[in-house]
Amino acid sequence: MDMLASLLPAGIAVHAPALIVVIPLIMAAVAALMPRGIFAWGVTLATAIAVAVLSLNILGQVSTGGVISYAMGGWLPPVGIELRVDMLNVPLLLLVGIVGLLCVIYALPSVADEIAKKQQSLFYSAFLVCFAGLLGVTITGDAFNVFVFLEISSISTYTIIAMGAGKDRRALTASYNYLVLGTIGATFFVIGVGFLYMATGTLNIADMAAVLEQNGHDRVTQAAFAFIVVGLGLKAAMFPLHVWLPNAYAFAPNFVTAFLASTATKVAFYALIRFVFSVFHPEVNFVAMSFTWLFAVVGVIAMMVASVQAVFQTDARRLLAYSSVAQVGYMMLGLGMGTAAGLSASMLHLMNHALMKGALFMALGAFALNFGVRRVKDLAGLGQTMPASSAAFTVASLSLVGVPLTVGFTSKWYLVTAALERGWWWAVAALMISSLLALAYVARLLSAIWMETPPAGKAGLAPARRLAPWMVLAPMSLLAFANIYFFFHADPLVGLARAAANAVMGGN
Amino acid sequence: MLEIILERFNYIPIIILMMTGLYVVIATGNLVKRLVGLSLFQTSVFLLYITMGKVFGGQPPIIVGDYHGEDAGHGAEAAAGHGAEHGAGAADHAAEAAQHAAEIAYSNPLPHVLILTAIVVGVATLAVGLALVVRIREAYGTIEDDALNAADYSLETGSAE
Amino acid sequence: MWTPELSLALALAIPAIGGVAVALLGKYPNLREGATLVSAVLLALNVAYLVEIAPSHPVLELANLAPGLHLVFRLEPLGALFAAVASGLWIVNSLYSIGYMRGNGEKNQTRFYVCFCIAIGAAMGVALSGNLLTMFLFYEVLTLSTYPLVTHKGDENAKRGGKIYLSILLGASIGLLLPAVIATHYLAGSTDFVAGGLLAVNEVTPAIAGVLLVLFAFGIGKAALMPVHPWLPNAMVAPTPVSALLHAVAVVKAGVFAMLKVGTYIFGPALIAATPTSDALAWIAGISIVLSSVVAMTKDNLKARLAFSTVSQLSYVTLGVMLASPLAMLGGALQIVMHAWGKITLFMSAGAIYTATKKTEISQMAGLGRYMPWLFIAYTVGALSIIGLPPLGGTWPKLFLMQGAWESGHGLLIVALVASSILNVAYLLPLSARGFFSAPEEAKLKKKPPMLVILPPVITAAGVLVLFFLIGPLRDYLAPVFLSSSLAAEAAL
Repeated sequence: MDMLASLLPAGIAVHAPALIVVIPLIMAAVAALMPRGIFAWGVTLATAIAVAVLSLNILGQVSTGGVISYAMGGWLPPVGIELRVDMLNVPLLLLVGIVGLLCVIYALPSVADEIAKKQQSLFYSAFLVCFAGLLGVTITGDAFNVFVFLEISSISTYTIIAMGAGKDRRALTASYNYLVLGTIGATFFVIGVGFLYMATGTLNIADMAAVLEQNGHDRVTQAAFAFIVVGLGLKAAMFPLHVWLPNAYAFAPNFVTAFLASTATKVAFYALIRFVFSVFHPEVNFVAMSFTWLFAVVGVIAMMVASVQAVFQTDARRLLAYSSVAQVGYMMLGLGMGTAAGLSASMLHLMNHALMKGALFMALGAFALNFGVRRVKDLAGLGQTMPASSAAFTVASLSLVGVPLTVGFTSKWYLVTAALERGWWWAVAALMISSLLALAYVARLLSAIWMETPPAGKAGLAPARRLAPWMVLAPMSLLAFANIYFFFHADPLVGLARAAANAVMGGN
Repeated sequence: MLEIILERFNYIPIIILMMTGLYVVIATGNLVKRLVGLSLFQTSVFLLYITMGKVFGGQPPIIVGDYHGEDAGHGAEAAAGHGAEHGAGAADHAAEAAQHAAEIAYSNPLPHVLILTAIVVGVATLAVGLALVVRIREAYGTIEDDALNAADYSLETGSAE
Repeated sequence: MWTPELSLALALAIPAIGGVAVALLGKYPNLREGATLVSAVLLALNVAYLVEIAPSHPVLELANLAPGLHLVFRLEPLGALFAAVASGLWIVNSLYSIGYMRGNGEKNQTRFYVCFCIAIGAAMGVALSGNLLTMFLFYEVLTLSTYPLVTHKGDENAKRGGKIYLSILLGASIGLLLPAVIATHYLAGSTDFVAGGLLAVNEVTPAIAGVLLVLFAFGIGKAALMPVHPWLPNAMVAPTPVSALLHAVAVVKAGVFAMLKVGTYIFGPALIAATPTSDALAWIAGISIVLSSVVAMTKDNLKARLAFSTVSQLSYVTLGVMLASPLAMLGGALQIVMHAWGKITLFMSAGAIYTATKKTEISQMAGLGRYMPWLFIAYTVGALSIIGLPPLGGTWPKLFLMQGAWESGHGLLIVALVASSILNVAYLLPLSARGFFSAPEEAKLKKKPPMLVILPPVITAAGVLVLFFLIGPLRDYLAPVFLSSSLAAEAAL
């Protein structure tokens, strides 16, 4: 950790929390000016590397020196805007930074295939804005700022999703629906923040918590809680507010799906944790009640219903998108336990799920790149024609089921243990049933890939093997490998998850 | 009851606007009208914030005269700071702020600033939304939800052959 | 140099390296089969050493996943014996596979041998595991690695069988076994196999233990306790060497072995006896024994008949665990060994008949004994051992189980055991009778079966005979496990 903390010279390290947001924002403008897509990609790659390094450095700083509070522009909190990094959002920064970097490496061949040449620079620019927005949501310590960054990332997300229209015009309607729902969600969130501001007279998250603790909760804060949960729940694809997600993931460019699936909903989920645990105290009556009767219930329903829906999808990416909704259900369930163990299991699953879905969507992207695969039945025989990508896909999908030797098993282990600790046997049963449903939909994909014969090529030739470009293969294999590696070395991730839970629960 | 409502009279138009906007979003099948509803919905929230910042008898938060002999910049900073910190509309906070600001009651400027940002966000959203509608019109030839669904559905069933 | 730890590691490494070698040598069939045989022999030698040192309980930590979660090998006699059975029969079966796969001209042979290596490695992992987590992990690897073997033929039938195979096994293990493992970890703070029973030592109440026992009994789907048995008959779509080694030895025995190990080291006999559910489970096992024997009688397909026979015979072990008396558990442990040798003989005979004549139905096999006398003698010896007639190895487990049933006050279950033996006679011996005494349908065989499919069953049949006389050493080797565990459990309670 010391090594990470001293990764950058002190002068830069001090400003790391600001730089991690500012660099992508500025670079977005630079990327937009690039005459050709590949230059814009270069800018994006450089930015992603910088962000990954900064996030590692921030991890080092936080784990050696405790919470970082960065006063933006020298205006001290609670008046000025504070950037605040503690153990809860460091994992998210790392996730967005590192998965983002891997996705950007993956982007070049994938984007070249899917986006029109003259739009590529703008595409990368929009992506960088989205990237900056997600990092901003993660790092800011100011409630209104969360809204602003959330919208920065969302608006740019709408545009990059819509750019999937080159392959399938349904990307446009998917993006439009996401825009309408996303805006309603953001507006709900901002109403909630407004109520909180009425009740506390401050926008700083830490300060809000302090004032609320002093003044106690009244109707206004309860209303604020409801609005914030609905608003962030919509962004995090909390069941039943997930309806925008399946189509958005299914029709966006592959690179965008891989990136969003592993980061965007996670960041919104983080914001939810931040508000529920840090601003409203988990021991307050109505919050505690919402754990059992809202988050846990909604989580369990999502685990069941979305998994069943996934089983019957014909579009491969939509299938995985429904699976994502189900997996958000797991996280909601962990959150709903309201215990440190539950929250840390939830955080662990958040990170692990990003590893799985990143690899899965990247592999689907590789299939689409080489063979134009979209539907489940198009996957037939890819095990023979694209063995490497299929292997990565297989590892990640087994991880999704929770088979041992993969991180999915680790997260399920901790979730079940947390449920047992809470005495929730029904939650254990729900987790198991949902795993079985996951097995059912994963089996559909895998049996198509490995058990069926590839369709004969033109002129009756046997289909040739086609290796995905190395820039696609490398990040995908790395993520798939991480799925196995972190099973054997669960310590780092489990440690991060524990520290995150303790940071907000105040336990040991 | 009546008293409670009258005390909060500013919320009534806000709620009406909000619900109208939300209803339009849900009820209409026309993509442009839906964006209109969305804007209405957002605007009601802007109003909510702005009425929140109103302090009865408060003046616009601009410092008048040459009060406090000291460094004017420092004074401005203090006023802004305390305004942000305490200007929540609660009476005692307002009073305290007023005391600091040389016995003049100011309205809370912070919500206005916030709403400026929110308006920018709203405009951006609307712009992206309208751009999308244009593209949808180009791709599908319609902006009616039913027709779009029908087109997508036929695409799905057609390709599922 | 040759330390116990190295030997434990090698038990996993030899099949793994063998698998890699097979994959690399895929283009040269003779070298590839050589690699399989060499690793089989090396593994058997290594396991022989492990059997020797088992009473000293060497431990090898494989990986430390997270605080409190370790992957550990810990050798003990039960596991050593299972490893010995699996690795010993792997040699015989490898020879047989070569004869069978070449004789029938099967495709994708490299994939077949690679998966075989992985499966054996996983069986070793299950055998040597030092805690539930490790066992669960290798148990799942075993399931996944045998799936390509079951669906080897790749036709619709194989796919359907494979689907049922995978969904029942994975479903039971994820839906029931995994929660049981995690609950054990939660209740006891670890999942280590402890003499006398982890849960008993941690003073878990019999009521909760009873629930866990049910989860384990059905969650270990490979033990094929009714009603989680359908995967086994469905797995018979696999080539016969797979059925022989995996569904008579490695996979199913991994299931009942896991059952036995959970019974001995997680619950402990005393706790099992105290649970309210063990009686019911014993009766379910008894019903499984009789019912599947009855079903076996209705099957004309030889492999299907043998499959239901396996379901029946596996429940002997589960029965032994649920009776929770040292003698019954010893009977269960011996059943793992004896049934493996007997049943592999039967399966290999079935495969040899198929290779020679392409016949799968018993009703078509009249008179074949005249052309393949050695094979039919081997079959008959194996069948008699399964029935439990002396002087064949299969006698002992039945004897001990009956004694154990009596000892633990379940005299009625003896009836089930006897009934099953009678049914065994009724469904296993007709083939021998028909083979030797009926008139053959054809004047001669279409082709002469290769030596390599006839010799292995004869070897294992001889083994069954030898095992009858090895009972003394075997009992002395295993008895301490059950005696000491029941003593320790009594001390703990």
